[in-house]
Amino acid sequence: MRDLSVSFATRQGVVRAVDGLSLDVAAREVVGIVGESGSGKSVAMYSMLGLVRDANATISGSVVFEGREILGLPDKEMQPLRGGQIGMIFQDPMTALTPVFSVGWQIVEQIRQHTDMTKGQAKARAIELLAEVGIPDARRRVDSFPHEFSGGMRQRVVIAMALSCNPRLLIADEPTTALDVTTQAQILELMGRLRDTHGSSIVIITHDMGVIAEMADRVTVMYAGRPVESGPEVDVVRAPRHPYTWGLLGAVPRLGERSERLATIPGNVMSPLEVPEGCAFAPRCEYAMAQCAQRPALTGTGHQHACWLGEEQRVAIRSDGKGAP
Amino acid sequence: MFSFVLRRLASAVLVMFSISVMVFLIFFATPGVNPAARIAGRSASPQVLAQVSAEFGLNRPLPVRYGLMMWHLFFKQDLTSYVNIGVKVIPQITGAAPVTLSLVLGAAVIWLVVGVLGGLVAAANRGRWIDPLIMFGGIAAVSIPVFWLGQVVGLLTQTKFHSVFRWLPGSGYVSFTQSPGQWALHLLLPWLTLATLYAGVYARVLRAELVNAMNEDYVRTARAKGLSERRILMRHALRCSLISVVSLFGLDFGSLVGGAALLTEVVFGLPGIGMLTDTSLQNLDLPVIMACVMYGAFFIVAASAVVDVLYAVLDPRVRVVK
Ligand SMILES: Nc1ncnc2c1ncn2[C@@H]1O[C@H](COP(=O)(O)OP(=O)(O)OP(=O)(O)O)[C@@H](O)[C@H]1O
Ligand SMILES: [Mg+2]
Repeated sequence: MRDLSVSFATRQGVVRAVDGLSLDVAAREVVGIVGESGSGKSVAMYSMLGLVRDANATISGSVVFEGREILGLPDKEMQPLRGGQIGMIFQDPMTALTPVFSVGWQIVEQIRQHTDMTKGQAKARAIELLAEVGIPDARRRVDSFPHEFSGGMRQRVVIAMALSCNPRLLIADEPTTALDVTTQAQILELMGRLRDTHGSSIVIITHDMGVIAEMADRVTVMYAGRPVESGPEVDVVRAPRHPYTWGLLGAVPRLGERSERLATIPGNVMSPLEVPEGCAFAPRCEYAMAQCAQRPALTGTGHQHACWLGEEQRVAIRSDGKGAP
Repeated sequence: MFSFVLRRLASAVLVMFSISVMVFLIFFATPGVNPAARIAGRSASPQVLAQVSAEFGLNRPLPVRYGLMMWHLFFKQDLTSYVNIGVKVIPQITGAAPVTLSLVLGAAVIWLVVGVLGGLVAAANRGRWIDPLIMFGGIAAVSIPVFWLGQVVGLLTQTKFHSVFRWLPGSGYVSFTQSPGQWALHLLLPWLTLATLYAGVYARVLRAELVNAMNEDYVRTARAKGLSERRILMRHALRCSLISVVSLFGLDFGSLVGGAALLTEVVFGLPGIGMLTDTSLQNLDLPVIMACVMYGAFFIVAASAVVDVLYAVLDPRVRVVK
């Protein structure tokens, strides 16, 4: 994905929901995307699959999937990719399923769309999938309707559906937010297995640094629609460079660490209409300086960051014991 | 599911009962109305009045009077009209009901087909010229008064273009058992006239529902599954949108069968329930009015019971398992 930008024209002005996001996902690679609510993570993923249907949306950039440009492809050509080659797990499990069809029916529908399995085979596969995502008594539950499941259970159904055709790329938008820790582990393991057995790649969106630490090979941190830091998971988590990442990491109590006080990032996520010209994070940044009125580019090789702070300044700040873990 | 149907029917019976009590109270227990005179008919002799009084227990307690009234109305069926002395009430109803049913059933088939197709085509072609065209047609259909449309259609086919429409019979009603062909021919124009308004309403309602549904999260999921737009519209969105169309249909159908098709009946000279209610109201023919009101209520209650059952078939969320 190169330089993806999505903006919405609204009554109040133009909302730049995604602003110059680039992302590379190699085969078998797990890429994590983190960022506060409203930073454009979901919108970026939707637009990748052509799922942003808002007439006021403008999408630009380029998305290449297995050597082929797919951004702006007509629906007809996208359909075999969607659900077949690229699976997507949606964030809100409560509304993601059609209320009037049984969950089994909905999974079977997707399987039959992409394979030539018979109804019986597809149903058997649906039961198998439901059992795999940890739905007890899957054989019976396959005929239940979405409203008969709890939120967490629905999330698993959505996951089962996304995995049903063994996609080459799985996009998981906060797949485990609605789940308890045990199930969360099961689901992550299931996604790991998809990668191991089918060589699939995974993009995982999450607020949970623990998930990132466990799953991701590389991480991109987004703020106000822009990537602010990106690199191998170990580097970004161990040696974060952007003040926003420091804040995010500080906001996660780590195991075995005394967390008397949760570090929080001062200030609120700004209104998407008031994103400043320069560095988007500057208004909330403790270390903002004059230069921050200009927009910093994402620089570096491997481990990239978009911040004007120099190497020495960073080292000085972090050895103060502030911010970073 | 079966017990759900059963319970729904039981509650319909209960509602019917309450309505009959209320109608009875309004018509025959309001102060100032002399029920005997109302039942016995115009210029009845004192002997007749006394006899009616005894037969209907008019000096007995209210519940007994209610019971006797229902007994005469439904079981003995010898309640007679106030105006047309000696004409029994129930046969008037049973004579008029098939006319109205024929009219409304036929029209309903037409408006459902046209309305659903119109709504679907408009929703599928959002943003193209055909959508506003259909919606304009819908608004026009809704705005044309039935009596005007009926008159104009009648006028055109019977006089101006009579040579073209020679095969169309004049107004009036021929029963289905008499001649199915003539039945349909006689009802053709009334059907189309009545269906016009409702087809317009249904097309607009369904389109709005479909457009809403297509913005739902589950449609995004369906797209992410790789389904075609057509399948998403026809399977997912339509299925969810039909739920509200069905409840609308139940209400419309019930009230039309119950007498709301009056205008169409009058314009085309169809002796249906609407017409019967109208004349009995003009004559203050209390027994007939009461029977008409109860008949109408019966259909509305029955239709809404059927709708609830259909609802449960369409929407699993309404189904009660136990
Ligand atoms: N159709 C739209 N019209 C206008 N603005 C929109 C539209 N869709 C999304 N946005 C805006 O885009 C921004 C990004 O939203 P997005 O859902 O991608 O956030 P997110 O990073 O997924 O947040 P969360 O963590 O809460 O899921 C938000 O500010 C939102 O208001
Ligand atoms: Mg999101």
